[in-house]
Amino acid sequence: MTTSSTPVVTSVVDASRLLAFALRPKLRPARDGDYAELVRRYREDDAFAELVKAVCLGLDLIVLDVDDRHGMVLASTDDSVFAVRMADYAKRTGGEGKAAERVLHALAHLGTATLAYPRPADLANLAYVGRVTVNGVEAFVREAARRLNEAALEADEDLDPPADQPDLEASWRVYLRRAATPGSVDGRRVSSSTTGMVSKAMAFLADQGMLTRRSDDDGGTYATTSRYRVQVAEAGSRMFAELLALGITEITDGEGTLTQIEWTEQDLSLL
Amino acid sequence: MEEGATDVYDPAVVGRADGPSWSDTGMGSVAAAAGFAQRVKALATTAPLHDLDARKGQVQNADYSVYQMSELALHAIDLVTIAMDFDTGARPEAVVQELARKAAAQAVQRTPLEHERVARWVLENLLNVGSADRGFRTVYGMSGPQGYDRRTFDFKLLEETRGTDGELYLRASNEAVNVLVGALEVDLEAAHIAADLRLDILIKRGRLSEAQASAQNARYRTIQYGEMLRRRLEATSRDVRNVDWSVAMPEFLDEALVHIEDRFRAENAILVNLTEARDTADTATRKAQAARLIEVVRDCLRRHDQLQAALQSAGARFRAEQDRQTFTSTTAAAVAAALDLHGQLLIPALLCSARDADRALGRFFSPAAGLDVPQALRLVDLFEGLITAPTGRDVLGEAVGEPDVIPDEEPSRFSEASYHHLDRLLALDPEAPQRLSGLLADARQRQQDDDEATDLPLLVVVRVLAQAAEDIGAARRHHEGSVLMAIDDGTPLEDPDFAGSDLLVARAAILQLPEPAADTGEAGETEEGYDGPAAEESTPAAVSDHQESADVTDLDVTTTEPAPAEDTQEGAA
Repeated sequence: MTTSSTPVVTSVVDASRLLAFALRPKLRPARDGDYAELVRRYREDDAFAELVKAVCLGLDLIVLDVDDRHGMVLASTDDSVFAVRMADYAKRTGGEGKAAERVLHALAHLGTATLAYPRPADLANLAYVGRVTVNGVEAFVREAARRLNEAALEADEDLDPPADQPDLEASWRVYLRRAATPGSVDGRRVSSSTTGMVSKAMAFLADQGMLTRRSDDDGGTYATTSRYRVQVAEAGSRMFAELLALGITEITDGEGTLTQIEWTEQDLSLL
Repeated sequence: MEEGATDVYDPAVVGRADGPSWSDTGMGSVAAAAGFAQRVKALATTAPLHDLDARKGQVQNADYSVYQMSELALHAIDLVTIAMDFDTGARPEAVVQELARKAAAQAVQRTPLEHERVARWVLENLLNVGSADRGFRTVYGMSGPQGYDRRTFDFKLLEETRGTDGELYLRASNEAVNVLVGALEVDLEAAHIAADLRLDILIKRGRLSEAQASAQNARYRTIQYGEMLRRRLEATSRDVRNVDWSVAMPEFLDEALVHIEDRFRAENAILVNLTEARDTADTATRKAQAARLIEVVRDCLRRHDQLQAALQSAGARFRAEQDRQTFTSTTAAAVAAALDLHGQLLIPALLCSARDADRALGRFFSPAAGLDVPQALRLVDLFEGLITAPTGRDVLGEAVGEPDVIPDEEPSRFSEASYHHLDRLLALDPEAPQRLSGLLADARQRQQDDDEATDLPLLVVVRVLAQAAEDIGAARRHHEGSVLMAIDDGTPLEDPDFAGSDLLVARAAILQLPEPAADTGEAGETEEGYDGPAAEESTPAAVSDHQESADVTDLDVTTTEPAPAEDTQEGAA
C-alpha cells in the first residue's frame, strides 16, 4: 500500500492506518476498499493483528472487535487521550458535588442501552437491531425509578435522604426529582431536563456511529448499529466489575428480569 | 382519615387532621416520629405559598405589596386541580388569564398588564422555574436512635407535563391537593371514602352550608385518586416490559374498578338525598346551596365515569400487550454470558447512592460513548479559513423557474367507439328484456363490424353489472325515463370469456309523478329502500312492491319479468 523500505515499516504503517480508520466511527469497510482490505488482513494475519493491538496499546486503546460490518471498534482506557470525559461531554458536570448531574447523564446512556437491548439474548444476538426513542427511554428509566420508589414505600423504607450528605441520596430519587419535560420560553427542550439529557445522549451516539436516526417521532427515533452492541457489551462488563467492587451484584440466569408475558390458563378462560 | 380539616391556613388544624391515621399504625416511638415527620412535611408544602408573600416586596421592577400572593397561589392550585381530568391538565394560558382576574379583584387600580404579570409570577414560582428540578426542597430533622438526624424532603406543587397532543399542561401534585384539603398524606382510597361519608352525613342532617366544604373536599379526593390511577395506567401504556402484566396489573385494575363502583353508588345516593333537599328547601338560600352541591357531586360522578372508561380500556391494552410480548420471538440460545442490562446494571445503579452510582456509571459511560478524537488544528486550514472572503448570500436565493406541466391524463380504458356501441346496445325496449348472453353475442357481432370498437363484450359486462344496481330514487330525481335492471334467475352463463349467471337485462320505465312535492315526502317515509343500498333496490321484491303500490304512489316501474330468484346479479362475471 505504501512505498517503504522494509516490510516491518510497511506493516506498521498499515496497522496505524487501520487505527486511523477506526477513529472515524461512521466509516464502514463496505464504503471503503482500503478499510475492508485492512480488516480482512487483521482477521487472517495473526502477526498483523498483534501489531495492531500493540499500536493500540501504546495509545491506551483496546481493540474490542474487528468485523466487516462495523470495522474496528476500539475502547479507551481511563487515561487515554481518546476517552470521552463527562466534563467535556456536558456542561456543569465536573468536580465535587456534581455527582447527581453526572449520574443523570450516565443514566440517560444506560437507559438507552437497556431499552435498545432489553433482554440478555438481544445483546448476545449479532443480528439484533434495537429501536429506541427519546421519550421511550425517558419514560422507561422514570418508570423504573417510580417502581423503586413504590417498593421503598411499601417496605416502609421511604426515608428522605440526609441533608448534610446529598451524595448519599439514592439515584432513583435524583432521577425522579428532575423535571421530565418542563416548558421553556422559546418552546425548545430544556437541556437540564431528563428528556433533554436523553435526547443529547442519543444525538451524541448517532454522531459516534452507534445509532442511526430514523425519524422525529417520540422526540426522536433511533435504530442501533452493530457497533453499539459491541460497545455496550464492553461498557456493561466494566460497570458490572465496578458494581462487584462496590459489593452490589445481581446474578441472573440469563433469562432477563424484564417480565416475560405469557398466556396462562386463566387468561384463556377469560376469552 | 382526616376529620374536619377544611381550613388550609390554620396549621393547628393541619396537624390535628391526620391524628388517627398515624396512631393507627402503632404507638411506638418510631411511629410517633414518623407521624411527626409527616406533620413537618405537611407544613413544608405550604412554605412556598408563604414564601411568595415574604418575597413580593423584593420584586425589583414593580410594587407587588398590595397583592395577597399566598391567596393567589392557592387559587392557582385550585384552578389547576379542578381543570385536571383524566387526559389532560390545565392550559397554562388559561390559568394565567383566570389568575389575572383574581389579581385584578385584589387591586382594581392597577393595570391589566400588571395583573397578568402578577399571575405569571405566581405561577412561575409555584413551578419554581429557576431550579433544575422544578421542585421544592426542605430540610427537616428527626430524633432517632442515632440522635438528631437531618433529612431533605423533595416535593413539587405544580408540574408541567406534555399531553398526547404534545402541548404543555399543568397538573397539580399530590402535595398540592393535600395543601388544598388541608390534610396530610393519607391512604387515598380511605380518604376518598371518608370524604363521601362525611358529605352524606352532613346532607342527611340538613347542614348544607357545612356540606359545601365537604363536597369540595370529596371532589379534590376524586381528582387526587384519578391522578394516582392515571399515573399507574400511563406507566402500563408506555410500552415498557417491566410492568407486571400477569398478576399485579389485573389485580390493581380490579381493585380500582371496585373502588370506583362503590364511590359511584355512594355518590348517587348522596345525589338523591341532595335532590330531595333541594326540592323540599324552604328558603331560597338553601335551594341555591343544594343546587351548588348537586353540581359538585355531579362533577365527581362525571370524573368517575371517565376513570371507569379508562380502566376498562386498560384491560384491552393489557391483552394487546400480552399478545405482542408473548409472540415476540425469543432466541432460545443460552446467552448466560450476556449481561442483563436492566436487572444487573440499571436497577442496581438506581438503587445505589448517587456517589456509588457515579463511580459505577462512570465506568459505563466512557466506553459506551465511544472515542473522543481530538481535532488537530492545522495551520493550512486556519490560513485558508482566514483568507477566504465571506461569500455574499442572496437572502431570497435563486429565482425559482416556472415548471412546464404537461397534463398527464390516463387514457380511457375503452375506445370512444365502444361506448357509442354500448349506448345503442343498452337502449333496450322496456317491453323486451334481453339475456346477457344475447347482449354479448350482439356485442361481438358489432365488434367484428367495427374495427374501432375494442373490448366491447367486456364493456357490456362491466356496464350491466354497474348500472344494474342503479338507484331508482336517484334516477327519478334526475327525471330520467328509465333505469337499467339486471336480474338473476339462476340460468348459468355459457360463454367462452365470462362465467356466472346469465342475467336478465331489462330497462324499466319510470313514470314521473304529477305532484312531485307531495310525493317525495311520502315516498321517503314509506319506502326506505330509496336511500338504501342500491343492490336491494333492484331486487325483484322491491320492484313488485312498487308495482303493487303503483296506484297509490303514482310510481310505476314496469317490467315484464316474472318474479325470479331473490339474489341479484352478484354471481355474474
